[in-house]
This record gives sequence, structure tokens and C-alpha cells, in this order.
Amino acid sequence: MNNNKAIMQDMIREIQAETQSISMMEVCGTHTMAIAKSGIRDLLPDNIKLISGPGCPVCVTAQGDIDAVIELVNQQDLILATFGDMMRVPGTSSSLQEARGKGADIRVVYSPMDAVEMARNYPTREVVFLGIGFETTAPPVGASIEAARAMQTKNYSVLSLHKLVPPALEVIFSDPDIKVDALICPGHVSLVIGLDPYRELAEKYHKPCVITGFDNADILQGILMILLQFKQKQARAEIQYRRAVKEKGNPVAQNVLKRVFKEVDTRWRGLGEIPGSGLEISDEYSAYNARHRFDIPDIEDIPIKGCSCGEILTGKISPHDCPLFGSACNPLNPIGPCMVSHEGACAAYYRYTPLRGEIR
Amino acid sequence: MCLGVPGKIISISENNVAVVDVNANQVEISIVLTPDAQIGQWVLVHAGFAMQIMDESEAEESLALMLELQKIRETFSYEQ
Ligand code: SF4
Repeated sequence: MNNNKAIMQDMIREIQAETQSISMMEVCGTHTMAIAKSGIRDLLPDNIKLISGPGCPVCVTAQGDIDAVIELVNQQDLILATFGDMMRVPGTSSSLQEARGKGADIRVVYSPMDAVEMARNYPTREVVFLGIGFETTAPPVGASIEAARAMQTKNYSVLSLHKLVPPALEVIFSDPDIKVDALICPGHVSLVIGLDPYRELAEKYHKPCVITGFDNADILQGILMILLQFKQKQARAEIQYRRAVKEKGNPVAQNVLKRVFKEVDTRWRGLGEIPGSGLEISDEYSAYNARHRFDIPDIEDIPIKGCSCGEILTGKISPHDCPLFGSACNPLNPIGPCMVSHEGACAAYYRYTPLRGEIR
Repeated sequence: MCLGVPGKIISISENNVAVVDVNANQVEISIVLTPDAQIGQWVLVHAGFAMQIMDESEAEESLALMLELQKIRETFSYEQ
């Protein structure tokens, strides 16, 4: 969307004229980043709050799951392929990066197809792709499994820690301690799932849900669309990010999810166990499930001492409320995942010192 | 992590592999999740896959949405 200053000024003025108290949660980590970078938060009147949500896949991965991955690479002779975001996430004993320093074979890839290619290039090694991410990322990972099967690449498998966003939103809306009046819904998760899941949420909880793009003008417009719903005393699910998101989502990607994965209960950092919120490899593709090939330990979540990521991921507190923020915990020496992942709320707040009064 | 970037499809070869132009870089991606994508179209790329075909030019869209918002506002003030 074009970032035409005049249009944006108009939108800001209109938002500033709002007098109702409304807190909106930006669900997605990419929004947290974009909002921090833009300085939009500082331009909002005090009665309109933007709070960060559970939409950073690395951040919501349970501590026990991170520890299990680190144990896997320390114990087994395999190549672990992963997105770069995971490398520095602190486990209880070390991070993947530190494990690599000590000799574990861990490689950063851009696409799960790179991992399939790696498996073809090293036919005598086991290549495990660490599947982390929401509905946006799970279809590419699913497609990589289907491609591996079609090419009979048998030394490729996936350790799926994929999660689904709507069940987490349901938990947030149902928690009386979390005050969220409306959702700025994730643009790229919605490319896949479309509008229907939010229609159900908007109806059930009477809260406006607007799927929003990532440019400054997109975000301002998403906020305005929510404010208009409040004025109309309505709660609908709407799409602001129309140039990419279709009402029905991407049915081809949805079908990949149906074929390759099955929904299971899974635990989230900050939100605990949520029924039906995880994606495990389906029985049909169980030959590609790393859990069936390797003994992956079931490790309890040991909380990181002093870290409040869990509260931050549920919008209960803001990064500035964490006593370690910026002092003991910073991007060079991150204590929790919210400071590691560049879309984590702590990292986003740390990186973009707020400038007052103008759009950056 | 859910980052997506728009890319314009330059060529399509076998097995749903396409070359897209992303900010003047040519990248090979899979279009298996957007089988209808055609040369010249814009797609949103994530993790090496086209996730959705994008339509209209951005300018057109922003204009269309502004007009729509305007309409909503007018209806609203009319109702008042
Ligand atoms: S600032 Fe650091 S320690 Fe505090 S919540 Fe964020 S990641 Fe955790």
C-alpha cells in the first residue's frame, strides 16, 4: 500500500480524535516489528493501546521443546536444518549455536526445500528439518515432505513443532486477565487460512478482527477499520490486506496441511497447553516424522530465571516492564527468546528507540 | 518468521519451479502452492514458496480501500 504522507496524516488525525478506550492486540511478530519501527504506537492517543501478542513462532516455542531439540543434536549423528531465527534461542544448557560450536552439524536454510536438497546430496546422512512456524510456514514444510516422498528421498524427516494461531487467540479472548478489545490479525498466516476462522472468533467473543498488511499505511488503516467497527457497535472480521489475502485463504495450502499434518494438543510458552493447537505429521506421512526415527526426549518446561516472555506474549505486560530489559538482557546477550528473534517484542522494542511525534 | 516478500514471476519451468524477481534479485521458488500463478504475476514469497497470487497494483488497491472507508464513514454519519 502506498505510504502517501498526506493520506497517512489524515488517518492519524482521525485515530487521534477517537475518545473510547480500546486495546488492540497485534497478533503477529511481523506486525510487532513493523509497529515498533514505524513509531505508530507513540502517535496514538493514550486511550488506544497496541499490545503485542503470541505471534512470534520462535518465542512461543516451549522451553522443553527447545531443550529436546538441543539434546537431539547432541546425542545423534544427523544434520539438523533450521531457519536462522532458531540458532540463538537459549535452551536450558545451551543454544543451537553453541551446540554447533561444539561440533553438532546444524545448518541454516532459507527454505525447507533446501533441506530436501541437502538430504539428496548426503544420501548416507539423516537430515532433519526443524519445523517451527504457524499456518504460513507449515504448508511449505508439508510440501517439502510431499516432494521428498515423490523423489523417494528417504533420509529426510521433519520434527514438527508447528502451531496454529486461532486456538491461541481463543485462549487470549477467554482469559479474564488479558484485556484485548480487538485483533489486528496476522497478514501472512491469513494468506493461508483466510477470513473464516476470524469470523467465528469475532462472532463468539464480539471483538472486531481485521487482517492487516505490514506497511505503515496498512497498519493505520487496519486500526481505523477497527475503530469504525466500535463506532458502529459491531464486531466483524474484515480484510484490510486485500492485495494478498483472499477470503477463502489458499485452499491448495490448506489441503497440504490436511494431508501431511494432524492437529494435536501442544504447549506454548506463556499460554500453556492448548488443545488442537499443534501440527504433528499425519499417519500417512509418518515415515517422514523425525519422532519416529529418533528418540526425542519429552522434557518439562524449565522457566528461564527472571524472564517474562510468557507474560509479554500474552499482552499482560510490555517489554519495558521487564526488569532485565536493556540491562541484563539485550540482543547481544539475550536471556529469553523474545529478545532473540528479531520479531520478538523485546527485540523490536529494544531496536527502535521511540521517536516522538512522527512516522518513521 | 512469517515474513513474506512480493516477487514477480519471470519464468516457470517443470515441477512447479519458478524464477521470481524480488527487489531486483532473481530467486528460484516453488509454485506448488499457487498452481495457477503465471509469468508476469506478483506472488507473495515465504520460505521459498509462493503463498498467494497478489492482485491489482498497490496504488489501485489503496485507492479502492480509501473509497470504501469513505463509504463506510458516510453511512455511519448518516445513521447518526
Ligand atoms: S527483556 Fe529479556 S528477560 Fe525480559 S522478558 Fe524480554 S527476553 Fe525475557
